[in-house]
Amino acid sequence: MAALSVRELSLRFGGVDALSEVSLEIPDRSLFAVIGPNGAGKTSFFNCLTGYYRPTGGAVFFDERDITRLKAADVAALGIRRTFQNVRVFPKLSARENVLAGAHLRASASFFGTLLGTPGHRRGEQALREEADRWLDFVGLADKAAVLAGDLPYGMRKRLEVARALIAHPAVLLLDEPAAGVSSVEREELASVIHRTAAGGVTVVMIEHDVELVMQLAAGVAVLDRGRLLVQGSPEEVRADPRVVEAYLGRRQR
Amino acid sequence: MSSLVKGGGDEEIVVPVVANARSGSALFLGAAGTRLARGAALLGLVVVAGFFPDFAQSNYLTSIALQIEILMCLALGLNFVVGYAGMLDLGFAAFFAIGSYTTGMLSVHAHWPILATLPPAVAIALIGAVFVGVPTLRLRSDYLAVVTLGFGEIIQMVVNNLNQTGGPEGIYGIPPLHLGGWVLTTTGSYYEIFLFLVVLFVAVSSRIRRSRLGRAWLAIREDEDTAQAMGIKVRRYKLYAYMAGSVFGSITGSLYAPAFIAIAPPSFGFTESLLVVMAVSIGGIGSIWGALLGAGVVIAFPEVFRQFAQARLLVFGIALVLIMVLRPQGIWPENGLGLGRLQQRWRSRGVGGVHR
Ligand SMILES: Nc1ncnc2c1ncn2[C@@H]1O[C@H](COP(=O)(O)OP(=O)(O)O)[C@@H](O)[C@H]1O
Ligand SMILES: [Mg+2]
Repeated sequence: MAALSVRELSLRFGGVDALSEVSLEIPDRSLFAVIGPNGAGKTSFFNCLTGYYRPTGGAVFFDERDITRLKAADVAALGIRRTFQNVRVFPKLSARENVLAGAHLRASASFFGTLLGTPGHRRGEQALREEADRWLDFVGLADKAAVLAGDLPYGMRKRLEVARALIAHPAVLLLDEPAAGVSSVEREELASVIHRTAAGGVTVVMIEHDVELVMQLAAGVAVLDRGRLLVQGSPEEVRADPRVVEAYLGRRQR
Repeated sequence: MSSLVKGGGDEEIVVPVVANARSGSALFLGAAGTRLARGAALLGLVVVAGFFPDFAQSNYLTSIALQIEILMCLALGLNFVVGYAGMLDLGFAAFFAIGSYTTGMLSVHAHWPILATLPPAVAIALIGAVFVGVPTLRLRSDYLAVVTLGFGEIIQMVVNNLNQTGGPEGIYGIPPLHLGGWVLTTTGSYYEIFLFLVVLFVAVSSRIRRSRLGRAWLAIREDEDTAQAMGIKVRRYKLYAYMAGSVFGSITGSLYAPAFIAIAPPSFGFTESLLVVMAVSIGGIGSIWGALLGAGVVIAFPEVFRQFAQARLLVFGIALVLIMVLRPQGIWPENGLGLGRLQQRWRSRGVGGVHR
């Protein structure tokens, strides 16, 4: 069964075809990678899946449900969470509060519970805080709970973004270049986080430039090039495909 | 960190396990102890503040203190909008006016007891907030500043021109507040009422700040687009912030009316709105202590420099600019006075050095 089913998705910006008729089935509970050169349309693809861009053609289905025209907040509510290529944590909130913000839809919404501080409300908040700390630990930031996100180094902010998405217990997690610009130590930690997330039953789709990381982690790979789906298959198939070598790998591998 | 194999396939993703038993009771007691100490300190502060009129023995000082309290209440209301949700509101005095005039009219013309006028005052303010907010909050924030400015002007114009609101003369002879058997007539007694209101507003603000609602507002303030990825309905939560502000603003207005017996349009204009914005931003955007401190500075400063007569507003202006330049985050920023943070920075820099 497919978690996400993308049918002839197209997106035009003026004269630019950011995506042209991309069709893709992303299997449930798998680790799937989207690769391609810069400007290939990968981020646009994520933006279309998550309600940030309105595609000019085609449709996206999640669990058989058409989500093409949903707003970003409604897509998130369905259990599709994402991170951003240019890390977007909330800088003036602590790491813990960043994660708690990700749990928005799970937190107690009782207004009177909040105002009166009822025992039930307090228990709920306490449990959520503890869970937030466990997710911080999951991404290796257990000792940074009280640090302002804006004060964290780049790699940690990237992992914080993952924790913030995971506390929502998403069905699908979309990661936009999780390992870009981080040190090799950080890269290993991220790889471990991604692996454990997928192992826990979350469908992970990641955009990644680091071919080795993709080959290491992903079960399926799709290659985008100039807005088109070039190839789709297992990492080995994709690696061997001459078109991919020409369009992408050839340029990057020494 | 070693490789991927380590994680294994059997980890439970839903609730990751932390092997950290020591964070149990000791830490909890510690936190509870700190909370208790802080609570006691705050209680002490409030009790001392409560005796201020007796210490001061001066109607002038008490009335200045009362003005500070009133601006504190308004600043805490605007803090929801400006400080938490990050929207600029230049017409906040509109809600103050709605509260004051609703109470003034109902108590003078219809002989309602003051307390009974609170619910309709808040209800009208909420209707006003929805009326202005729904069409505007879909726009980007600059428009909101313009529209709220207009709203403030319109409300002032309305009360200045209607017969029912007394026109330019306003409403006078507003009856005193009755509380149980007490009839409150002195400045000192309204000082105590507003002290209670400040404490109540602080408690409500800090509870909301630490709840789902407060976190959603701050997420919106920090990054609106990203907030949506958390499932936060941005437009709806912005409206909530505006509504929360209107509730605080109108309650403050309702109790202002009997405290000052007479109300008139000049108290509810752009200057008043600007004072509230100043209190919030001087004190520190998003900080409860900042809003309180800012209100104190905004009222007390011109009084302190009274001897400069005409020039005092100039001195005040210069002081404001200095504060903004020297401490743009406000006097008491939301993440504390900065001492702990400096320490933290220093420490993480040490760790970072080892890391690189
Ligand atoms: N908001 C936008 N407005 C105009 N053009 C855009 C926008 N977003 C993306 N594009 C264009 O779409 C193409 C694909 O961009 P993007 O999806 O960011 O690629 P990738 O993530 O693969 O590097 C590029 O040509 C880019 O300039
Ligand atoms: Mg991109």
